[in-house]
Amino acid sequence: MKIKKGISLIDQHDKNGFWGGKFGGNFIPETLKKPVEDLTILFQKLRKDKKFIRERDYYFKNWVGAPTPFIKLENLTNHLDGAQIWTKVVSEANGGAHKIYNATVHSLIAKRAGKKYIVGDTGAGYAGKMLSMAAKKFGLKCKIFMGAKDIKRQKPNCDAIKKNGAEIVPVYTGSQTLVDAVSECMRHWVSNCDTTHMAVGSTVGPNIFVKICGWSTSQISRELLIQIKDEFGKIPKKIKLLNCVGGGSSSFGFWNEFMHYNKKQIEFIGIEAGGPKKSKKHAAPLTYGSKIGILHGAAQYVNQNAEGQIEETESISAGLDYPGVSPLHCFLKDTKRARYTAASDEEALNAYKIVTKYENLNPSLEPSHAFAEAIKMAPRLNKDTIIIVNSCGDAQKDKDILRQRLGV
Amino acid sequence: MSISPISLAFKKSRIEKRPALLTYTVAGDNTKKKSLELLNSISKYVDICELGFPHNTPIGDGGQIQTSSYRAINNGIKMKDIFQIVKNFKKNKNGKPLILMGYYNMIYQYGENKFLIKCKKVGVNGLIVVDLPWPDNKKFAKKCKKKSITFVQLLSPTTSKKRMKSIIGDSHEMLYYISMLSTTGGKLKVSPKKILKNYIAIKKINRSKNIVIGFGITEKTIASLKKADGLVVGSALCKKISESLKKRQNPVTNIVRMVSRLKNKIS
Repeated sequence: MKIKKGISLIDQHDKNGFWGGKFGGNFIPETLKKPVEDLTILFQKLRKDKKFIRERDYYFKNWVGAPTPFIKLENLTNHLDGAQIWTKVVSEANGGAHKIYNATVHSLIAKRAGKKYIVGDTGAGYAGKMLSMAAKKFGLKCKIFMGAKDIKRQKPNCDAIKKNGAEIVPVYTGSQTLVDAVSECMRHWVSNCDTTHMAVGSTVGPNIFVKICGWSTSQISRELLIQIKDEFGKIPKKIKLLNCVGGGSSSFGFWNEFMHYNKKQIEFIGIEAGGPKKSKKHAAPLTYGSKIGILHGAAQYVNQNAEGQIEETESISAGLDYPGVSPLHCFLKDTKRARYTAASDEEALNAYKIVTKYENLNPSLEPSHAFAEAIKMAPRLNKDTIIIVNSCGDAQKDKDILRQRLGV
Repeated sequence: MSISPISLAFKKSRIEKRPALLTYTVAGDNTKKKSLELLNSISKYVDICELGFPHNTPIGDGGQIQTSSYRAINNGIKMKDIFQIVKNFKKNKNGKPLILMGYYNMIYQYGENKFLIKCKKVGVNGLIVVDLPWPDNKKFAKKCKKKSITFVQLLSPTTSKKRMKSIIGDSHEMLYYISMLSTTGGKLKVSPKKILKNYIAIKKINRSKNIVIGFGITEKTIASLKKADGLVVGSALCKKISESLKKRQNPVTNIVRMVSRLKNKIS
């Protein structure tokens, strides 16, 4: 298994939709074959359509707010007294997280496809919030599927979704989290695919959804590449790009433009959700060696039992609380281009405490997992090493959990 | 080559000038013992039994089948139990052809070859895999054929004519037409007349294939679709099981009554 040069990673799948011959694909009911095929053809066309690209760039710049800041965390760097710590504050994007890129692109595609309705899943509520914002902006009716457990723990985002005029459909099946929300959203699409566009909230799902999402979030690394060159005059010799990984949309977008750099120069480190320290449950299929299975239409490493039933996950961070992971990340793991590790709930909370103590930054619980790893590794590295953490979400949505767990 | 039990079931119904009646129930719903008892009891009225091997992340099933599946999984149903149920059912002298139905991950984890060997051994006659569409299923369908197990291809209202022809070309003796854009158990939102119009157009592609209609078929709607080669009732039965349990009634008795009524309506 090898990454090809000169071709975007999202396009490095075979004709059946598999990366590395085994990750991804289209394990979908017959009813969805046609809508998935239509969407594939449309997206292929739009990617090459200069007018569409101009439209995307226009909204990214003027509505999303590109580029998001790239800053050095001076105080944290001094405190850790090792590698330099930088961050890309993607949470400065309109709405407060990277989910806006995928939501904007899907809404633009839905318009082109002549669909009146758009539906999506959400865990932390950011994918849902952004989709509801974009739907409102582009005149689409919007439904968001969300696990009942997540509705309770991410109330601020739910309020925002409703304020944007979208309907939240609570999902009560299974663990009542993201995995069930995605299933229910797909089921809704099976029944309504003639009038409705579906936006899968991360780089997961049938092949085309992985591609559209990865293509959208790649805006992050497009900006970062320029910002690094501006800041340092050239690409420094040792960079580590740290990003939390749930489904894997922000990390893929954060890394994509650096794919072909030598990993000794630009290393990718993905941080999964290890769950509570005392619990055996986790949301870290890559770190803990889960087996390949099929979830939501794609083959991937996924937490499951020996029979193939998907296992329940546990994480303080709703956005990472997913038993599977993008086929793109499975491919990056097996080709060894990226490495993956996990941070526990407690480590993420502690990282949040440290970051907010030293910096004027408010990372949500998802990127706090990545900061936990940065805090762990920085003191052991020299000052020439540049650690960049993607601060992909704002902690506003986590205020209830933070108050409860940290008393802040 | 000898005629398959599935073909034979259709032949028999055709002689009786009625569609074949197919039922879908979930293995282990609500217990291993009950689901076997259920199959044995309805066998008298049914031409082909579909038995679901439940998965906890189904993307094609509506609420009724989900409830049945979760109930079975929570009661601890395992693949080995499911094969045991089939084995015991096939020992029954009235045993009808049996089709296992489910999601691909369960087969993938079991191992395709091992799964098929086991199916053959216990007497499974056919397989429906909801999330393994054509052409991705070509290799697996061939393996099934080698074991004389019918791989049932699915067709839907969204399937293009060209695709239909290819699927039917690669199909075995039975196909499954999904009546409407829906998960299982949805309310019939298309008129039976329209469903039959689509159905007849599909039949024209190859008249020798047995094509059943499923999704949205209940006691109310079944008679209006009598022209089909076969009709599948699934969610309505799962719903009945749930209702029976809620009322503390014996689900088997209630299901047998329902299936006998369904049979009357198409006879």
